[in-house]
Amino acid sequence: MPEEGLKAIATAIAMGLGAIGPGIGIGILASKALEAIGRNPEAESKIRTTMILGIAFAEAIAIYALVIALIIKFT
Amino acid sequence: MPTVHISLRAETLFQLFGIPVTNALLTTWFSMAVLIFLSLMTSGNIKMIPGTLQNIMEMAVGGIHNLFEEILKENIQRFFPFLMTLFLFIFFNNWAGLLPGVGTIGLTKNEESKEALFSNRAVAATSEFTAGEKSAGESATAAENQKTVKNSEFIPLFRSGSADLNTTLALAIMTVGYVQYAGLSALGFSYLKKFFNISNPINFVVGILELISEFARIVSFAFRLFGNIFAGEVLLTVIAFLIPLLAPIPFLGLELFVGLIQAMVFPLLAAVFFSMAVSHEEH
Repeated sequence: MPEEGLKAIATAIAMGLGAIGPGIGIGILASKALEAIGRNPEAESKIRTTMILGIAFAEAIAIYALVIALIIKFT
Repeated sequence: MPTVHISLRAETLFQLFGIPVTNALLTTWFSMAVLIFLSLMTSGNIKMIPGTLQNIMEMAVGGIHNLFEEILKENIQRFFPFLMTLFLFIFFNNWAGLLPGVGTIGLTKNEESKEALFSNRAVAATSEFTAGEKSAGESATAAENQKTVKNSEFIPLFRSGSADLNTTLALAIMTVGYVQYAGLSALGFSYLKKFFNISNPINFVVGILELISEFARIVSFAFRLFGNIFAGEVLLTVIAFLIPLLAPIPFLGLELFVGLIQAMVFPLLAAVFFSMAVSHEEH
């Protein structure tokens, strides 16, 4: 079944490559947020809320990759 | 050897007045029943000195209220009931998917549409041991059983409501629609200026981009929740299939955390969009 094998490879590549960018982005976000908390510990709750929001936006890119991977896999 | 059961869409269990009832819908009804019961229990007898249940609920509502107040400022009273409902509904749906039995207990439908109750994950875990221990006659029947299992289709009785794209898409459309309504009712006709602005070409293109991003919000709302919860279920199933003993426990903890965070993120983003929609543009 060459077509099924190609599909599996395409799914893996779509998800794997799509996860690189958001992974780096979320890492930068978390490191900057930790730096900010270290400098100003009183603002921790505000920084945490904003960080989670930013992470949600960065994660959306990975979700798009997941959508494409699922479409390739199941259609 | 039984295979891992992973289905992208929620399977139909039975028809009710011509409407297909899926396993995700059934689980959503259960979590709705729990929510209604809890809210009736709490709001029925509110006391000045709260009991245990009232204390817990007051803490939850108060904490979330403070969180949203930072974003929405003076509009909090208007949007808080909607956002809190979203949070509770998504939270209970997410965690309902992690209960034991969800995704494992189900019906099998083979070609003759015979139905039998059995657990797929349990079969996957124990099939190695039972094959060695059972006597010859019994193992023959076990093999016979597995053959019918292989030919038939396994349908889980329960599935997390958030792991069905229909649920999350409905929530996303509802939220984005309410955002548009709130913007229109707060700013009147000038809200539409954000999308259709023909004062100069750049603003016109920006307006079209705003319009597209409004629809992209629906997609990212729906797929963020669905993707996280569905990926979590797949992860748990695969881990339980690879190493059935003790290994799924840390991942179960991770999924509890993810369920809580996603239940927070959905209304949090909705709150940001609300505050963007109702505020006057300042350039």
